[in-house]
Amino acid sequence: MNDKRRIFLRGTLAGGSLAVALSAGLVAPRQVLAAWPKDAFGAKTVGDAAKGILGTDLSEPSGDIEIKAPDIAENGAVVPVTISTGIAGVKSIALVVEGNGTPLAANFALGANTAANVSTRIKMGKTSNVIALVKTADKVYSARKEVKVTIGGCGG
Amino acid sequence: MASNTIKIRVQLKDDLAQVKALIKHPMETGLRKDKKTGQVIPAHFIQEIACEHNGKPVLNGMWGGAISTNPYLSFEFRGAKKGDKVKLSWVDNNGNTDAIETQVS
Repeated sequence: MNDKRRIFLRGTLAGGSLAVALSAGLVAPRQVLAAWPKDAFGAKTVGDAAKGILGTDLSEPSGDIEIKAPDIAENGAVVPVTISTGIAGVKSIALVVEGNGTPLAANFALGANTAANVSTRIKMGKTSNVIALVKTADKVYSARKEVKVTIGGCGG
Repeated sequence: MASNTIKIRVQLKDDLAQVKALIKHPMETGLRKDKKTGQVIPAHFIQEIACEHNGKPVLNGMWGGAISTNPYLSFEFRGAKKGDKVKLSWVDNNGNTDAIETQVS
């Protein structure tokens, strides 16, 4: 009698914790996937990636965007890139690598007080252009810089 | 708030707070193959990264697999004072998450 009660209790406890784990585990990623633009990051061309993340593939070349990246990257797995611009009212900066299978690398949405100056490190499969897409309230500006890659960083 | 995966430093230079962060994460694209077994290594990368200054968002990043292993991020924002709180958090495609809170120095 006592034994059975123990088993019953154990069963309900395990079931309860499983339900908690499931709800905690399932709710969080679903929220993430809703916000994360899967189509844009899965896009195979620069134009589709830009459309997915910015809503348009039209951009105006600007001399006021600086892409700081090495001319020759020895290791494509780690290419330091800094994007800065003097354009006022920047809402977001997208980083696109033309030669990658899925070109969109990152998109940074900036707060009102955030300077338009972001650095990170990216992977590049082969020599190609790195493109910065800078979005303001009504326009998208772009700039590009070629980076030569001696060893690709996107495969085995 | 302690964190095992994020190292962050926020330094005030004139009126700009410089945020520098280094995150420990494999950032697998899902395209690489294990050389020994020939099996595809499943994608595992940070998708979202958010930074808050005193509870207000200053930067919100969406990342793909093309960000390097152990990602580095740095940026600047205005309007910070010494001792202000800066929080950085990330979420990856498997739903893992981590956050750290530090002070402007």
